[in-house]
Amino acid sequence: MFDFSQLTNWIHATLCGLMPEWAAITTECVLIGLVLLMVYSLLALFYIYFERKVCAAFQCRIGPDRVGPMGLLQSFADMFKMLIKELISLNHTDKFLFALAPYLVILASMLAFAVLPWGNGLQVLDFNIGIFFLIAVSSIGVLGILLAGWSSNNKFTLIGALRSGAQMVSYELSIGLSVLTMVCLAGTMSVEGIVMEQKDLWFIFSGHIPAIIAFIIYLIAGTAETNRGPFDLPEAESELTAGYHTEYSGIHFGFFYLAEYLNLFIVSGVATLLFFGGWMPLHFPGWDGFNAIMDYIPSVVWFIGKAIAVSFIIIWFKWTFPRLRIDQMLTLEWKYLLPINLFNLVLMVLVVVYGLHF
Amino acid sequence: MVLLSIIQPSTLAIAAALTGIGLVALALWLAGLISPRSFNPQKGEAYECGIPTRGESMAQFKVGYYLFAILFLMFDVECVFLFPWAVRVKELGGAGLVSIAVFFIILVLGLVYAWRKGALEWK
Repeated sequence: MFDFSQLTNWIHATLCGLMPEWAAITTECVLIGLVLLMVYSLLALFYIYFERKVCAAFQCRIGPDRVGPMGLLQSFADMFKMLIKELISLNHTDKFLFALAPYLVILASMLAFAVLPWGNGLQVLDFNIGIFFLIAVSSIGVLGILLAGWSSNNKFTLIGALRSGAQMVSYELSIGLSVLTMVCLAGTMSVEGIVMEQKDLWFIFSGHIPAIIAFIIYLIAGTAETNRGPFDLPEAESELTAGYHTEYSGIHFGFFYLAEYLNLFIVSGVATLLFFGGWMPLHFPGWDGFNAIMDYIPSVVWFIGKAIAVSFIIIWFKWTFPRLRIDQMLTLEWKYLLPINLFNLVLMVLVVVYGLHF
Repeated sequence: MVLLSIIQPSTLAIAAALTGIGLVALALWLAGLISPRSFNPQKGEAYECGIPTRGESMAQFKVGYYLFAILFLMFDVECVFLFPWAVRVKELGGAGLVSIAVFFIILVLGLVYAWRKGALEWK
């Protein structure tokens, strides 16, 4: 398996040969920033296209097919359309908070994005508390949404933001507890460590029953966390026009749109990391020939493939289930998912302590 | 992760945060250059029903949201306390299990209390 740290090592050595070390590190940080920016925007544009195509397939339509081959350039055209729209300034908004909200939303998703393990040695940020850091920074996004709704001085946005706040805050608890369950099995919080723990068998297989329950809960909570699918009541277009971002126009609205799709990828990426081995190929203990063949597929392909497969399931939810009411949504979280999650945590701890996992 | 051993993770986190801020600033600057500008007093109105909005919009709201926020705060803090133990659960074994069970039962009792009090109902 190709180790990307050889590449990063080589870049560092070359840069150190050309300039002093502090300048080399600064240059590397700028390079990392540029790469992050590029991957972030391209992935968001791909996801917008992907969602539209999948939605079209579910509704027996063709979807975008005019701009570029198979409509591949459609989301680029959309992005340019958003850039040339006017940024309307409103009369009674709280100007500072109104401008601050998109920064917070993008900041939260960018920091969470940097933690994901893309491949063997290809990861920007890795702390010893990696997965915990990811949960912590992704909850900054709620602040951005609440500020956006509050500062717009519009009744629809206020209701949308409060619903969104209640929803994201509630389901974050379920995400935290499922992650906690898997951390029990992994015995480490570092992202690299979690991937390495799965080199013999993915956690969804080695953790059997508790891992599968945790995965299902994570998937439901992740759908709610991204304000998608049956949980899209913060932006329910038939009740609240567009929810918390009603008053944003042009590229300002584009930021919320971008962050929403990126959050979909981040949620799928974390599901991949915790349950399907991150970039680790499909390995079974004892099947040496099979494992060797699987190693020929590059690690980046494994990670992106698995993440897109999980996102496909989340998009599938959106076009299958009807929207929930707010009391049903809160009941689902606090009366069903939370008790099941607590019980599942106890189950996982017993499995780990008594060595009942594979 | 060789890059990591060269660069401090906190430096990288700051670089990623600056990238996010840079993305927003760059796109806003670009949009400011190429987007049209026109003025019309009607444009500044809130996007509601076509008629001028009545009353204050930054108004009081339902207290139910506040209650769930409080409940979240309690459970999330307890969840944070469980994380350090979860990392060491294999090494601590049976003895660790007993001591965390006390903490865990208090956590569950909190949920049962809130449930019985009717705090989880949306009224």
